[in-house]
Amino acid sequence: MSLTFRALLPERSFDVAFDLAPGETLAVLGPNGAGKSTLLTLVAGLLAPAEGRAELDGKVLFDVTARRSVLTEPRHRGVSLLAQEALLFPHLTALENVAFGPRSRGQHRAAARSTARDWLDRVGMGELASRRPSQLSGGQAQRVAVARALAADPSLLLLDEPLAALDVTVAPALRTLLRDVLADRSAIIVTHDPLDAFLLADRVLILEDGRIVEAGATAHVLTRPVTPFGARLAGLNLVEGQATPAGFRAANGLEVPLAEHAPVGARLALTVRPADVAVSRRAESGQGFSSVGAEIDDVEHRGDHVRVHAAGLAADVAPAAVVALGMAPGVPVFLGFRHEDATVYPV
Amino acid sequence: MGDTVVRTTAALPRWVVLIAVIGGLFVVVPLAAMALRVDWPRFIPLVTSESAEAALLLSLRTSLTATALCIVFGVPMALVLARTSFRGQQVLRSLVLLPLVLPPVVGGIALLYTFGRRGLLGSSLDVLGIDVAFSTTAVVMSQAFVALPFLVLSLEGALRSVGTRYEAVGATLGAGRWTVLRRITLPLVLPALVSGSVLSFARALGEFGATLTFAGSLQGTTRTLPLEVYLQRETDPDAAVALSLILVLVAVAVVGVAHRVRPLDGAAGPLPFRAPAMARP
Repeated sequence: MSLTFRALLPERSFDVAFDLAPGETLAVLGPNGAGKSTLLTLVAGLLAPAEGRAELDGKVLFDVTARRSVLTEPRHRGVSLLAQEALLFPHLTALENVAFGPRSRGQHRAAARSTARDWLDRVGMGELASRRPSQLSGGQAQRVAVARALAADPSLLLLDEPLAALDVTVAPALRTLLRDVLADRSAIIVTHDPLDAFLLADRVLILEDGRIVEAGATAHVLTRPVTPFGARLAGLNLVEGQATPAGFRAANGLEVPLAEHAPVGARLALTVRPADVAVSRRAESGQGFSSVGAEIDDVEHRGDHVRVHAAGLAADVAPAAVVALGMAPGVPVFLGFRHEDATVYPV
Repeated sequence: MGDTVVRTTAALPRWVVLIAVIGGLFVVVPLAAMALRVDWPRFIPLVTSESAEAALLLSLRTSLTATALCIVFGVPMALVLARTSFRGQQVLRSLVLLPLVLPPVVGGIALLYTFGRRGLLGSSLDVLGIDVAFSTTAVVMSQAFVALPFLVLSLEGALRSVGTRYEAVGATLGAGRWTVLRRITLPLVLPALVSGSVLSFARALGEFGATLTFAGSLQGTTRTLPLEVYLQRETDPDAAVALSLILVLVAVAVVGVAHRVRPLDGAAGPLPFRAPAMARP
């Protein structure tokens, strides 16, 4: 393991434990106030836990029990932090900013500058080395910040929503850069953007109220989410239900037969893509098809389709169908899908 | 359309502007009146007389020393007040800033009963053969006493507004505390340090009450320019006016410098160095 982490912080109701394999990138997602930033500041050493232990490459970051408290200073942790804002030192040039880490870790001025120059070249900022941060655009500054974080040669890179403050036109290029530099590097990235998780992370951790509610390989979490947040991330409808002798049954009355037997009473989850959910005014049933009736809660326009919410499900329908069927909030409809489009799994 | 001039006074009631003008005149007219009283033909001889020259040189020497002391002690004080938290910090801050509002003559008395021959520490110093009161050292101490809060106050404010985020970044990049302080914190607050030092120097230069009480008025040793002005007023008013004008000119220069290095606003005119563009939190 490159990182093992367990920390308790009662005043923020934070209680999280996880491991990180060498070279692995972990995406931490979750609603606002879930404890994502707390996790990063604990690893970086800007905050001390009430209890817990963390080790990075065999080095203790913190080891706090009721009786003793070992806290390694941030500078000795081998952890670099890349924040939402670049936070380049405003009184130093881009080159001096990047050289700061190597210099602080004992390199001589000339060596540090040459390290810095290499990193600036790698992030495509070699030509702006002598600029001050105030003369850089947001995207340029964040590239320099990436170079600065990596020039310190960290064992672990922490990224706190590194793309959130950037213009949508420059975020993709920087995401590509991060994808390159994170490829064989241990990193934890806190993000709001599912795309960051898809493109940058090997594993996903979903926090809610200071606790892990979902964790696993990115592909697994995206195909078999168990929380509403995870389902939203994956762009799937999630319906929770139970195993009955007939198969799967949800609280809203939806019933789906199961191919595999599940013990009666077992908790199950069903997922189905909104695009695979059909909306009709009359109950349709038949072989391999299930539907549930409800009044429409909400209708939202989403580019080339309209998303209809009812009975806890979302269905994507063509704008023309909305008009043809007279869909509006309060109108009773039936939402249905083919069994082959749904996935049912135990939770 | 194009030739409309936006007048900022338009938004204010006229009587507010009128009162403001009266207030401004109240400050400016006395200075003008004094300048009008200057005996120009004798100006140079008056300000270069032996006693005037001694007072001027003494004032510059002591004020610069006092400013250096303010920097040496004030920077750590501001750092402790801005970057740590402990019980009684608020009380301590108020006490440190007390000389700002204390009548200087009271400060002089306090110093006298601390460092004077029969004072709290003075009696011990006396045994060692060190006599502080009524010496040039006493002048410097009086000036530092009243000037210190200016530096602490402006630096502490700047430290708070800069925040600790850059320092945290520096620490995660592997910088030790001293490196963070030297390469990040102090450069970031340098404009405030400069303007705070300039204000301290001005306050030290104008010091009168505490100096007179604690250091006395001995020509060449403790008689600084303000004391000289006060004494000359009795015997040679023209000399007093000429020396006052010198002090006014120094004050104008100080205000000018302090304004030009307004910390981190970016709104000030030409700066002696590039103002850092701060990311507002």
